[in-house]
Amino acid sequence: MTAAMTKLLLDVRDLAVAFDTDGGAVHAVNGVSYTLHEGETMGIVGESGSGKSVHVLAMLGLIPRPPGRVTGGQVLFAGRDLLTLKERELRKVRGGAIGFVFQDPMSSLNPGMTVAAQLIEPLRIHLGLDGRAARARATELLDLVRIPNAASRLDQYPHEFSGGQRQRVMIAIGLSCRPKLLIADEATTALDVTVQAEIVALVQELKRELGMAIIWITHDLGVVAGISDTVQVMYAGRILERGPVDDIFADPRNAYTLGLLRSLPDLSGSRTGRRRLHQIEGAPPDMRHLPPGDPFAPRNAFATPRCRTEMPPLVQATGAAPGHLVAAWYDLPRLLAPEAGR
Amino acid sequence: MSSGSEIARAETAGAEIGILEAVPSGPPAPAILQEPGTLAAFWRRLRARRSAVAGLVIVGLLVLMAALAPWVAPYDPTATDWGNVRGAPSLAHPFGGDEVGRDVLSRIIFGARASLGAGLVSVALAVSLGLPLGMLAGYAGGWIDGAISRLTDALLAIPFLILAIALAAFLGPSLVNAMIAIGLSATSIFIRLTRAQVRAVAAEEFVEAARAMGNPPWRIARVHILPNIVPAILVQATLTIAAAIIAEASLSFLGLGQQPPEPSWGAMLNTAKNFMDEAPWMAIWPGLSIFLAVLAFNLFGDGLRDALDPRQRT
Amino acid sequence: MLQFLVRRLALAVPTLILASMIIFALQQLLPGDVATALTGEERDPQVIAFIREKYHLDEPLPVRYAYWAGGVLRGDLGESIRLQKPVSELIVEKLPVTLELACLAMLVALAIGVPMGVLSAVKRGQAADTIANGIALWGLSVPNFWLGILLILLFSVELGWLPASGYVSPFESLSENLAAMVMPAFVLGNAIAAVMMRHTRAAMLGVLGSDYVRTARAKGVSPLRVTLRHALPNAAIPIITLGALEFGQLLSGAVLTEQVFSVPGFGKLMVDAVFNRDFATVQGVVICTAATYIALNLAADLLSAAVNPKLRRA
Repeated sequence: MTAAMTKLLLDVRDLAVAFDTDGGAVHAVNGVSYTLHEGETMGIVGESGSGKSVHVLAMLGLIPRPPGRVTGGQVLFAGRDLLTLKERELRKVRGGAIGFVFQDPMSSLNPGMTVAAQLIEPLRIHLGLDGRAARARATELLDLVRIPNAASRLDQYPHEFSGGQRQRVMIAIGLSCRPKLLIADEATTALDVTVQAEIVALVQELKRELGMAIIWITHDLGVVAGISDTVQVMYAGRILERGPVDDIFADPRNAYTLGLLRSLPDLSGSRTGRRRLHQIEGAPPDMRHLPPGDPFAPRNAFATPRCRTEMPPLVQATGAAPGHLVAAWYDLPRLLAPEAGR
Repeated sequence: MSSGSEIARAETAGAEIGILEAVPSGPPAPAILQEPGTLAAFWRRLRARRSAVAGLVIVGLLVLMAALAPWVAPYDPTATDWGNVRGAPSLAHPFGGDEVGRDVLSRIIFGARASLGAGLVSVALAVSLGLPLGMLAGYAGGWIDGAISRLTDALLAIPFLILAIALAAFLGPSLVNAMIAIGLSATSIFIRLTRAQVRAVAAEEFVEAARAMGNPPWRIARVHILPNIVPAILVQATLTIAAAIIAEASLSFLGLGQQPPEPSWGAMLNTAKNFMDEAPWMAIWPGLSIFLAVLAFNLFGDGLRDALDPRQRT
Repeated sequence: MLQFLVRRLALAVPTLILASMIIFALQQLLPGDVATALTGEERDPQVIAFIREKYHLDEPLPVRYAYWAGGVLRGDLGESIRLQKPVSELIVEKLPVTLELACLAMLVALAIGVPMGVLSAVKRGQAADTIANGIALWGLSVPNFWLGILLILLFSVELGWLPASGYVSPFESLSENLAAMVMPAFVLGNAIAAVMMRHTRAAMLGVLGSDYVRTARAKGVSPLRVTLRHALPNAAIPIITLGALEFGQLLSGAVLTEQVFSVPGFGKLMVDAVFNRDFATVQGVVICTAATYIALNLAADLLSAAVNPKLRRA
């Protein structure tokens, strides 16, 4: 949490994104606001369609337009609003100050280009490196992500690397220009469990070495627990809860967060006793016709009548650690108390 | 190579978003008429496409013109008029006269019969041969499939028009023979398409279920498979009509189709070629008619494809 | 790679054999006695007897096919009755002309179709896309023999810039050769350009929606470089494959184009043979076309395998 005390890096204000379809606009992101400080690692958790990936892609102009469009908000990165930047300016940010690591390293690397060509590209664009210097830096980068015999592997094609190694190459590309912020979008989802752990460990090491801020987008709370300072839970394009990682895990205030936590096989060693594995009932809402109130209300056993009519604001949760914000009309600890007593 | 979109892959906010992304072309996906009410939805989607509606309207007008030719045409299309030999367009003869003074407008109107007739008849022939063979190949599998597929490959190895010309040459020049030649040449297209469609549909769960319930193969084919492959066949048939109209015009242009003095757009162009400096109108109107008819079927076929399968839209 | 080659060859050979059977069987379509039909105008019983003997017409069909196929394998495609020359000699004489025309037409098609397809994929849904699609539709719908006539009307009859017909060997005068070829090549390439445009667009749309293109954009790569360096090479495989297949269609279209511009090529040979009832020549031309088509198919597969790094290294 000490990282959060440093300089503000990213300030997202009321970001909204929609996609136009024949059946009407799909409201993928509906007023998302948060801040991220230099060196901070934030996990964003949510299921498919929660807007967790789309909102970061939209920030950097990476959603296809049309049909996608940003319908409102500001995204201040190092003091500049990314949403008003010209494409040319935005390109300097992408891959430069903000690096990306995408989900599927199989499809996210160009099958027709050597790893060297793909690694050198951002070096040339953002750092002006060319020829021998670029190659040397590319070798350094492969070393950095612990790929053995880096120099000899530069001229190979992605299909000659294993899945885990490809993701390491993706990370090398993301880190190539020493970004202030690394956005990892489901970076471990497509990998085997053991490889996942290796990649998470690698990112943690690299963070210590390089000190960049990280946004780690995943549907897997387990990964978030190991890597993040703060956690933000998204649902139907909104943030339902946000706070220090330990506090979210120990004292969830939103029923959806609770549902996600209960669907984890084992939270941590600190918890004792066996609990049943829960699954959240119901299906995600139709994003074209969102209900007026809390979008999770229809699936929420704790929902109050007010939940169905009015969206609760994201505010400091009473009695929780400072910075632990929640959007809920109900008081979850109080509702859970009798359950705990049983 | 992934065809998934950024969004569809990153998070699927309802399958609707996936629809927005272009999928590279392939056989149209089946099971379109399976859900109730989709026929109305299809009609709505078709009407929303202005180009498709335009194509349909032109097709309708051309068919009407061909059907009502004796009443619409100002003159007998084969009557010669020595005062109108290569006559320039005038009030009496708006499209001018041809090399023996026949009224070009009347010949264009009657010529629609040859062109549209050839397009429709030859494609009907191709479908009625190709559909059963394709279904047999796709559904029976094994050596039957192997034999039909090899035959299809062999037929497809001979370019469409070359095969049609060769067939017409051996059958002898006449409009009916041209229709047969074009129809036979186009058959392989429908065998291949039907086979691919049948195999796709037969792998679907509702067909598995029907089979498990003990339905006989012919019933499964008729009730469960045929309705699902109709859309793809329909689209292909419409586009093939366009190709067949060009093919008939080509054969007639070469003298292998409609025989004089009966009018045909292709044959008119063949004659017109010899009078290009003196009577350019003889070349303009028949060509424009072919172009318009082909364009109309292409427009309608493209619109039909898009409306039948939104996933294919690009 | 070698295994791949062998497997493709194993498929190509039976296809060619079947195609040759179909082409041979065309004879059976001739009305009346084959020997009489083959001799055409000739009614001399001695000649008919000679033909009967030469083509083993008294033998059953499979035996006759074996004789014919044996000849074809030795490069003997029979004798042109009209021209008193071996068919193979005629084909070797005419083929270079058509190949030149087809290559020039392919050049036209690629030069127009690929950039237009790329542009319309990149500008999807915008004005440029609509215009490019409109041009493609025009190219698909305009009959190429009519386009040829119109071009002759404009550039030869009206403006007098280009020769309306005739052919000059490039070894005689390259400039005159090109002057004579520019209109036929454009006419022939026009329809293929439309097909290339549509397929380039579809292939590019698929690739532009891929994850690695998003990665490239996330690295800050400029749109132009994303299109040309990241997307186009990956879309090239389907475009190359299609290009090779369309080459077969070029041979088909060449028949009409050569007729319009009086280019003494392969297609003109076929049409003349059809009218001279010179059936051995017709069969010879068709089987050569089929063989070329199958060979091109094979070449396309090998080419796309060569471009694909996964297959190349395997």
